[in-house]
Amino acid sequence: MTGPDEVTRPAAPTDPAEVLDCRGQRCPLPVIGLARRLPELPVGAVLRVLADDPAAALDIPAWCRMRGQEFVAAQAEGPGYDVRRTH
Amino acid sequence: MSAPPVYLDAATAAPLHPVARQALLAALEDGWADPARLYTQARRARQLLDAAREAAADTLGVRADELSFTPSGTTAAHSAVLGGLAGRRRAGGTLVHSAIEHSAVLHAAEWHVAAGGTATSVPVDRLGRVDPDAWSVAVAAPGVALAALIGASHEVGTVQPVAEAAAACAAAGVPLYVDAAQLVGRAPVPGGWSVLTASAHKWGGPPGVGLLVVRKGTRWESPWPADERESGRTPGVVNLPAVVAAAASLRAAAADAAAEAARLAPLVDRIRARVAAEVPDVEVVGDPVDRLPHLVTFSCLYVDGEALLHALDRRGFAVSSGSSCTSSTLRPSHVLEAMGALSHGNVRVSLHRETTGAQVERFLAELPGIVAGLRAEAGAVGL
Repeated sequence: MTGPDEVTRPAAPTDPAEVLDCRGQRCPLPVIGLARRLPELPVGAVLRVLADDPAAALDIPAWCRMRGQEFVAAQAEGPGYDVRRTH
Repeated sequence: MSAPPVYLDAATAAPLHPVARQALLAALEDGWADPARLYTQARRARQLLDAAREAAADTLGVRADELSFTPSGTTAAHSAVLGGLAGRRRAGGTLVHSAIEHSAVLHAAEWHVAAGGTATSVPVDRLGRVDPDAWSVAVAAPGVALAALIGASHEVGTVQPVAEAAAACAAAGVPLYVDAAQLVGRAPVPGGWSVLTASAHKWGGPPGVGLLVVRKGTRWESPWPADERESGRTPGVVNLPAVVAAAASLRAAAADAAAEAARLAPLVDRIRARVAAEVPDVEVVGDPVDRLPHLVTFSCLYVDGEALLHALDRRGFAVSSGSSCTSSTLRPSHVLEAMGALSHGNVRVSLHRETTGAQVERFLAELPGIVAGLRAEAGAVGL
């Protein structure tokens, strides 16, 4: 959805470095997947978790709060949940 | 090997109080006739029903003619919401409720909305307490017919600011309905409400008896087809033996409530502290201080709620859960959702008059190993 005037800019801050497809999995599996993968990405990187279990909308932000990671945003498409590694 | 059972789900249904059992058996002999008829057996049934009503009303501090028995707590909640809205339809079509009401209240609200009404949900904070400022604004809006606030959360135990909410309702001229299912027979019920409901199996009465109290002067109109029973508030003949047992056990539970609260609250404190200290990655949910004396909820990271319930059941522990996998809708509990709490691996423990310190100790001793085992099975170790 990048406009023409944005093409030359660096990637928007919420562009994920990686997408983890957890669709079809029931909670807590998407959260376990997130907890496994995020520490393998560099600090500052954003991981997008695709998860269609409605509990993910609650549990991914809750995991971020408990782990001190940054919940960036929920994306309607997927649905997806963007998490930035902060430490 | 089967461990001796430890029942820790009183918030769903408390074990039958011995007084209830006794009254139920006696009333089965004496209370089978229809109290509305005009012969000897019916007069005996009428006496039992009147005495039960007097006893329940006296325990709650209300007038006997304000109290009706319903076929369940759910029916009472539906009647409270729909009748409160029907009685005030000229004032408007809006129901204000907290985001953490019992599903019976929310389902009645959905019915109201499907019939063309509106509903305003007032958010709660992370501890599960309704936002008093948002509540005051919501009830003061034009067209509000009724406001509904649960007295204390049945899922996380947080006591709601009923007195403050009632004051806001009074200032706005809006009647307040309080769902007191977890308070009646256990904890004092704050005043200021116009309609109140409760459910007998939460205090040790039999299942299948609800209480609906409509204070004098409240505009309430039955939402059901006409019937003369129970002051026209709920149709159908009551289950009289169960009603007699409910009233007798309510009096007994209320008489012991302060002592039981003083006994159970430290056990809940112990669970809160020990679970947080001894189970890694657990979130204890709800207000640690301003809470019900007998109920505690926590969520275990990386654990499937259904698997946890089954594992606990195999060790003899009966608890409930707000996790999505344990619900028929596969959605997480709306209460946990409203609080923004972790929803998977969720366990609600609720104690009762038969719960002992030794049972709580056994639960606390076994829980960390059960959670660790499930995490190992899921490959969620060292995350």
